Amino acid sequence: MSFPLLTILGGVPLLGALLLVALPRSRAAAAPMVALVCSLVTLGLGVVVAWQFDADAGGFQLSEEADWIPALGAHYALGVDGIGLTLVLLTVVLTPVVILASWRDGDLGRWSANSFFAWVLALEGLAIGVFAATDVFLFYVLFEATLIPIYFLIGGFGGPQRSYAAVKFLLYSLLGGLLMLAAVVGLYVVSADAGAPSYLLTDLMDVPMEETTGRLLFAGFFVAFAIKAPMFPVHTWLPDAAASATPGTSVLLVSILDKIGTFGMIRFCLGLFPEASQWASPVVIALAVFSVLYGALVAIGQTDMRRLVAYTSVSHFGFIVLGIFVFTSQGGSGSTLYMFNHGLSTAALFLVTGMLIQRRGSAQIADFGGVQKVAPVLAGVFLVAGLSSLSLPGLSPFVSEFLVLAGTFRTSVLAAVVATLGIVLAALYILLMYQRTMNGPLQASAAAIPDLGLRERLALAPLLALILALGFFPQPLLDVINPAVGATLSHVGVAQPEPDVDVSAPDEEPQP
Amino acid sequence: MTPLISPWLPAEAGGGVPVLPVEAAGTFWWLWLIIALPALGATLLLLGGRLTNPWGHLLGTAMSAGSFGVALVMFVALLGRSEEERQVRQQLWTWLDVGDYTVDMSLLFDPLSAVFVLLITGVGTLIHIYSIGYMAHDERRGRFFAYLNLFVVAMLVLVLADDYLAVFLGWEGVGLASYLLIGFWAHKQSAAVAAKKAFVVNRVGDVGMSLAVMTMVATFSTSSFVGVSAGMPEASSGTSTALGLLLLLAACGKSAQVPLQSWLLDAMEGPTPVSALIHAATMVTAGVYLIVRSNYVYAETPVAQVAVMAVGLVTLLFGAVIGCAKDDIKKALAGSTMSQIGYMTLAAGIGPAGYAFAIFHLLTHGFFKANMFLGAGSVMHAMDDDVDMRHYGALSRAMPITFLTFAAGYLAIIGFPGFAGFWSKDKIIEAAFAEGWVFGVGALLGAGVTAFYMTRVMLMTFISKKRWRSGVHPHESPSVMTVPLVVLGALSAVGGVLLLGGWITGWLEPVTGPEGEHELFVSPFILTSLVTLVVLAGVVVAWLVFGRGELAGTAPQRVSWVTRAARNDLYGDAFNEAVFMRPGQHLVRGLVYLDDTIIDGVVNGVAALVGGSSGQVRRAQTGFVRSYALTMLGGALVAVLATLAVTLA
Amino acid sequence: MNPGAYITLSALLFSIGAVGVLVRRNAIVVFMSVELMLNACNLALVTFAKQTGDLSGQVAAFFVMVVAAAEVVVGLAIIMSIFRTRRSASVDDASLLKY
Repeated sequence: MSFPLLTILGGVPLLGALLLVALPRSRAAAAPMVALVCSLVTLGLGVVVAWQFDADAGGFQLSEEADWIPALGAHYALGVDGIGLTLVLLTVVLTPVVILASWRDGDLGRWSANSFFAWVLALEGLAIGVFAATDVFLFYVLFEATLIPIYFLIGGFGGPQRSYAAVKFLLYSLLGGLLMLAAVVGLYVVSADAGAPSYLLTDLMDVPMEETTGRLLFAGFFVAFAIKAPMFPVHTWLPDAAASATPGTSVLLVSILDKIGTFGMIRFCLGLFPEASQWASPVVIALAVFSVLYGALVAIGQTDMRRLVAYTSVSHFGFIVLGIFVFTSQGGSGSTLYMFNHGLSTAALFLVTGMLIQRRGSAQIADFGGVQKVAPVLAGVFLVAGLSSLSLPGLSPFVSEFLVLAGTFRTSVLAAVVATLGIVLAALYILLMYQRTMNGPLQASAAAIPDLGLRERLALAPLLALILALGFFPQPLLDVINPAVGATLSHVGVAQPEPDVDVSAPDEEPQP
Repeated sequence: MTPLISPWLPAEAGGGVPVLPVEAAGTFWWLWLIIALPALGATLLLLGGRLTNPWGHLLGTAMSAGSFGVALVMFVALLGRSEEERQVRQQLWTWLDVGDYTVDMSLLFDPLSAVFVLLITGVGTLIHIYSIGYMAHDERRGRFFAYLNLFVVAMLVLVLADDYLAVFLGWEGVGLASYLLIGFWAHKQSAAVAAKKAFVVNRVGDVGMSLAVMTMVATFSTSSFVGVSAGMPEASSGTSTALGLLLLLAACGKSAQVPLQSWLLDAMEGPTPVSALIHAATMVTAGVYLIVRSNYVYAETPVAQVAVMAVGLVTLLFGAVIGCAKDDIKKALAGSTMSQIGYMTLAAGIGPAGYAFAIFHLLTHGFFKANMFLGAGSVMHAMDDDVDMRHYGALSRAMPITFLTFAAGYLAIIGFPGFAGFWSKDKIIEAAFAEGWVFGVGALLGAGVTAFYMTRVMLMTFISKKRWRSGVHPHESPSVMTVPLVVLGALSAVGGVLLLGGWITGWLEPVTGPEGEHELFVSPFILTSLVTLVVLAGVVVAWLVFGRGELAGTAPQRVSWVTRAARNDLYGDAFNEAVFMRPGQHLVRGLVYLDDTIIDGVVNGVAALVGGSSGQVRRAQTGFVRSYALTMLGGALVAVLATLAVTLA
Repeated sequence: MNPGAYITLSALLFSIGAVGVLVRRNAIVVFMSVELMLNACNLALVTFAKQTGDLSGQVAAFFVMVVAAAEVVVGLAIIMSIFRTRRSASVDDASLLKY
């Protein structure tokens, strides 16, 4: 086994969390700084991981493997492919941003600021573990473990409805987790029947599986991931959670944790059950397209900014799931890239609306108006974040959304056409919110809103810079993603659609 | 210099012209600078915020002017090349590469994009200069120039990109700049709403553009001009027609063509230089650019061509009728813009016989309409930002330069012989007649109506008696505003020289293919005379109605239904409201209700069910020890009896 | 030896104890009834042990006695403290530990 870089990457924030727990209450003022330093170290390690990763080689890299529970075939096995690496990077990039943006959010909770930042770091460590796990059992354990920090973050530091939201989130997720547990047990039986039990992904991929068994196990995993993602109709925990949590928690929840759902669909649904995935794809595609439109339409009708952003995510997750289940390279790569980009753009949107809400003490759109006059920088950031959410070309989500749609168009024209209508709705929900809060005559109640401070600008600047940079130069990330998606798709075994007209050699005369 | 493609071949009649560029080298290596300069300006001004207010306008103008200078050098260099080498491609970087689909960020400088680049940077620079004066007292002038630069960047990307997806980048970029500039005075509710409306309606068109690019990806695995133009002849007719119609939808959105016309009139909420640059001279013509650029698509699909012509014809009449009834000078001009772009679309739909004239009219229109919008801005400046023409009158004395330059634009647009519009519009009407009676007569009628409403604008503003509000003291604008007017006025007068010796058609031939021969039922001279007569009739009618008697200071209310319809933009908004907005709002409300009560209700209902039933079961825990004991006894008895039953059975 | 009589006696004692637990309210009496039930069980255990010639039943009886002794210690202490606070030894009065 080589140097356990991934273990260290996940371990640093967990250690940081322990350190924060040990920090005496009297030194609580130092907690954000400790957390920030810790997350920056993790970011540095993440950069090292990315640097060590060989995009051209493909497959799982930086692998670690040790027996854990031999009787069950469970291993402590980590490793990243292009998809996992993308999400690990998203996690390590967003956590420092969240900590910087939530500098004071820990002071107002049920518990001390120490515990707020400790939970944030714990979540980071566990999320890294989830994205890097190459053993299904380990994945399951970490998948459930991530619920603990986020439960305490919502329930301890949120708004008035926090207990309700936290419990709803927890029960919903546990329900999904239960189905997944059943499927995990089923996988044990399948792999034990085939010889020695093993939960290693690489072993499970080759295990022969009966058609019905595969489909049932697929359903177990898929429902868990659909709840996590969240997709229509199992999405209603998200608006409640987002409306009650602090902005930082919402970012961690939507930008990072929810990605486990879509990540799991690629890694486990497609990876372990290729036949069942193909079998289910028409239903999933229909559900995804419906999610796109439904999320957008309901978002238009929201009066609370945080709920609105939450519903936009339902719409965006529809796009991501759509791209995964059309089984084209554009769709798959687009979806994976979309996960990263959606993480950035939603983080920016949640944080900036959070800053706005904190200033005014209300999340109702109607309580704002004309804010751009008193807080132009805030308005500008809001606009850029919003435009990235509506996938304006030149900002990063556009590339991924277009790839998803183009990939979809090649297999299902109807789904692509209907999903494309979502871009009009996206313009509506973002611009309506922007117009009502930022434009128009300045409302007296909003007149005293101060512009963004230095810390807030520092927190948002990296997000906006990444959104812009990846809008024009997405290729470095795509180079990492493409081989992994290609490998997954060839495992699923769907032929890539061929163009009707071959113009691959444009320097030749067209055939007569 | 290595040609990417072996020798350029003239297209066969009826077939599309493939895009066959050569690698950029020498002078053309600097091509990227055209975009980079205003991009730098926009970045600095946006990041600088309020700090840039003292010098931002100078930087913005300098960047635009610098871009124009580079473009001029490029243009001259292109002129010096032989016809086969006039398509120059500069590869910048690979935007995305997934599977079999690759998009390059690269620039294509060919005769078509060259004239557009000159128009954008040239007229753009003039409008930058004009804005220095117009926006002098605005506290956010730096921001305004940042947005103007941003617009120029996006528009240049739109016309220089050599891949439809990259065009889409510019396409939405200009939409964003337009959004920001229409809503520049965002503290006005109307401006904020108009900006949003423009963006959303444009997005409807963008759905067409997106789907068109997707169709290209599915059909050709590429969306580059080179690839699509090469593959187009082999595409199925269904694909060709779909592509043609989708691109037309995109063009309708951006160019405010029926049925996506409704945003343009509201867009007049923006500062007047914006209306001149974006909503007259450049952005709204992007749709025409797209159609002409995609000539190889339309060459394969007569159905889509007819659709393009029909849209153009309907819009040119639609806009003209609206223009007749508006008292707001900017809205009258906006209606006219819609109508003139209708002419261009009509010409573009005709095919190779019309492409060059579409572009020619686009150029001359860019000159005279920008000129008139800036003139209108100058008038508004003098009239304390009053836009109602019923409050104008007799301004020719007070504002001689504005009057003279506006008059040049006026003569150009109505097609007064010798002026720019005369040459361009005449050619379009000629081509339309060759295409079919309906189109010809419609275009001819449009010319008459144009003459009518423009004469009306002219009379109400400059000639008729004073109807000024009290406290208004009109004065000529400062020279920083009048100089651009003079330049544009001159161009409006002499823009027709581009047609000398058929230069414009020859110049565009590498892009659009040779101008097809068309047969006319009469000699061109007679037709030209006919057009002139119709125009004259329009002028005379306008004179009879508005030139002689007193004009009311407020719009008369007892008018015919035609006038009322035209004042209401021919009920375009009412239609959208009734068909899309209202049902949409109901749908949204219904879905929110559904989500809150039914979908979330089921979730919460299950939770309540579990909670409620456990509450009932809990009642069994009475706290009385003896009842527990009885339960235990009962349980034990049941167990014993069951055991007995099993043993005995 | 006829085990029937012993078993009958044991069942009889157990029934008396069970009825006592169910119908009496006084904690001390309930307690005594429980003891009666335990001793009835002991009698049955010893009887069966004797019959099978196996010591394990008698060992179990000792266990029961030890448990009963422990129970008396804890139980009486609880009853005493309840009586001190509530001035009542009725088991129905001590019904706070419920839903």
